[in-house]
Amino acid sequence: MRPRKQAAPFERRNMTLKLIVWRQKNPDEKGQFETYTARNITPDHSFLEMLDVVNEELIREGKNPIAFDHDCREGICGMCSMVVNGIAHGGHERTTVCQLHMRKFKNGDTIYIEPWRARAFPILFDLVTDRSALDKIIEAGGYISCHTGGVPDGNDILISKTAGDYAMDAAQCIGCGACVAACPNGAAMLFTGAKVSHFAALPQGQVEAPERVAAMVKAMQECGFGNCSNHYECEAVCPKGIHTKFISRMNREFLKALFKENTGTFTPSEK
Amino acid sequence: MIGRKALVAATGVVMLLFVLAHSFGALSVFTGPNGINAYAQALQNLGPLLLAFRAVMVFVLILHVTFAIMVTATNWKAKPDRYAVRRTRVATFAGETMLWSGLLLLAFIVCHILQFTLHATPDVVIRIDAQGRLDVFAMMRESLRLAPVSIAYLIAMSALFLHLFHGIQSVSQTIGLLNEKTKPMFQIAGITLSTLLLLGYGTIPLMILAGMGVFGK
Ligand code: HEM
Ligand code: FES
Repeated sequence: MRPRKQAAPFERRNMTLKLIVWRQKNPDEKGQFETYTARNITPDHSFLEMLDVVNEELIREGKNPIAFDHDCREGICGMCSMVVNGIAHGGHERTTVCQLHMRKFKNGDTIYIEPWRARAFPILFDLVTDRSALDKIIEAGGYISCHTGGVPDGNDILISKTAGDYAMDAAQCIGCGACVAACPNGAAMLFTGAKVSHFAALPQGQVEAPERVAAMVKAMQECGFGNCSNHYECEAVCPKGIHTKFISRMNREFLKALFKENTGTFTPSEK
Repeated sequence: MIGRKALVAATGVVMLLFVLAHSFGALSVFTGPNGINAYAQALQNLGPLLLAFRAVMVFVLILHVTFAIMVTATNWKAKPDRYAVRRTRVATFAGETMLWSGLLLLAFIVCHILQFTLHATPDVVIRIDAQGRLDVFAMMRESLRLAPVSIAYLIAMSALFLHLFHGIQSVSQTIGLLNEKTKPMFQIAGITLSTLLLLGYGTIPLMILAGMGVFGK
């Protein structure tokens, strides 16, 4: 028997990267790109940790660190938000940018880092955008308006496995806004569609389905989001893999609602 | 916003049906002068019905164009700043150029009506055939024999191809019929129909230019 080749000893190769980052001091100032060098980056660093390393150096030099949103850093909260080389969250399937690791990059790479761009998401500073427009959409109808009591007993309200799975798929959304960032029209239809479909699939949500979809679509419009042209860019970048069938469902619910009387549950300010 | 887009989709479907029906009429040119002249005469015999139909189609077209431009304007406003690095993952060229292929189609539709419906362009040859009907066959052959006219038709048909390549599958999403199962079906339908229309309409100017088949003499 031939002796097995000895595996090469584990080697940690540090990387040096060129970063071209959007810097903006405040919402009104016109921002610009600045170039930085990221040194001593290991393949195990997450993308945000890589920025932490850069920021520490900036702080040591007495410069302003690069501001970016983050919280859980484990892909569940939806806070982290940046466009890496033209793709929201960096373009690795079902991966938030906090879960993107530097092993996906090569030593010497140039990386463009930009904030989410959409009229409804004004830039606050650097890579931080104001995504409260998404909250406005939820406020408009992303809930059930009556008290539903405590947790119901199992099988008290019958929900088929298919409907349950469908609602859970829609409820996966973490509200990061990557769909809006990736949409050439700055539309929030994947986000809103997921919420509308989630409720429309379940008996508790069905009662108010027509009012909900009308109110949420109106809020979407008022916040300055665009309209879906069916490019499906949103689905391609969604870290939770939300399917565009939920946009289709929202369209259907909306068109159905046109033929129903609106009781106005979710539109207190109107009529 | 969803309502407007649904109107674009509904009017788009009406025009798609028209374009399909119209292609059969146009393709009857391959059956020679007798075929297409008889077909044209039959349409003319509808009299007021034909006029009413034309009025409806013009109305549908105006609705489509108006709402499509309104929707596109909102979309542009919602995305004022572009990324420095522009990369798309799944969007198609056809999808991104809907407004431009649409405007090209609009220009074509206007010219096409001026030419073959109103006979207002200088290239149009009006003859009466042996049965006393308008010789549509000769009219088409004489006009499309001019290379610039033929090329314009081919460009317009490419625009139609692009518009429907994206448009047909897009309708399924707009009116709420899309899911994992139907998405590939609508995509295949879109590619097939748009390709068939391109081939069908495209062969007419090509055959006339080449002087092949019934256009030989
Ligand atoms: C033969 C004529 C035409 C046909 C058959 C046609 C068909 C369609 C169809 C099926 C759609 C897809 C609707 C959807 O996405 O749900 C569409 C969209 C569109 N059409 Fe047309 N169309 C025609 C002419 C025009 C013209 C003349 C314009 C001129 C402006 C135009 C502009 C648009 C635009 C901008 C959209 C995309 C709207 C969006 O999603 O943002 N179309 N068309
Ligand atoms: S920081 Fe929570 S999802 Fe990325």
